[in-house]
Amino acid sequence: MSAPPARFDASEAAKFFFRGGHTGWLGLEYSAHGEDWVELKLPWREDLLGEPAEVLASGPIISLMDMASGMAIWQTKGIFSPIATLDLRVDYQRPARERAAVFGRVECYRTTRSAAFVRGIAYDDQPSDPVANIAGVFMVIGTDARSKEIAKSEGDADE
Amino acid sequence: MSRPFLESDLPAYAQSLGISVHGLDGEYPVLTVAFGPTIEGRPGHFHGGATAGLLETAGYAALRRVLLREQRALTMKPINITMQYLAAGKQLQTYAIGRITRLGRRNANIAAEAWQSDRARPIATAVMNILTG
Repeated sequence: MSAPPARFDASEAAKFFFRGGHTGWLGLEYSAHGEDWVELKLPWREDLLGEPAEVLASGPIISLMDMASGMAIWQTKGIFSPIATLDLRVDYQRPARERAAVFGRVECYRTTRSAAFVRGIAYDDQPSDPVANIAGVFMVIGTDARSKEIAKSEGDADE
Repeated sequence: MSRPFLESDLPAYAQSLGISVHGLDGEYPVLTVAFGPTIEGRPGHFHGGATAGLLETAGYAALRRVLLREQRALTMKPINITMQYLAAGKQLQTYAIGRITRLGRRNANIAAEAWQSDRARPIATAVMNILTG
């Protein structure tokens, strides 16, 4: 594993985040980012369809938003540090369009020593016409060098 | 009528993720997924999205079975879902069940939970509202 960049950069991080694992399997792609937000893309794929055929299932959309949330937190904090999802709420406004990719844009609007708060939208065409709105809270595990030991000891929110 | 709940009752996404049917607990299907590359987030752990996918699929499975039993149309459209993550998902076989808290004419409220080695210690729970008509 190569040395981490000085400051977390979502476009750089996406290159190794999406090589494998759950997000690699989903085929997530980097789309855009700002100081406190990250946007990712979930391409349409036949084997990701849900109950109404042709439309992306909501499960992959949750994964998209969960990942965009994490990356928005790292982008905002400027560092990559372990985090754990504590609470995530998804309100669906409408189904995604047939054969349409879905974009997930999440901003981190507040961080404290131990928590990070996010909100965002999923959309397929225009951000003004979202597929879903989300809100989430993440626990920050090991925020700086002083808490390195905690991070190393596989500190999950429950342990 | 006690009809089994089959893999073919799961949507393409759930089958592709590797979710299968473990059995029935009373009237509700128990679903299961093995840890593997399609599941992994942080190295050695479940991705929160994969856990959510399992919970949500269990919720739909419970509703599908009850709608079939009551000979109602299989209309199921998501309204919302809230996940609570209670413990990290480790490299273990994982199970989930959904239970109908209330089924009305137009919508259903469902609670789902996922666990690993100890069913009394869920790793995540979810509450979902689904439009049924």
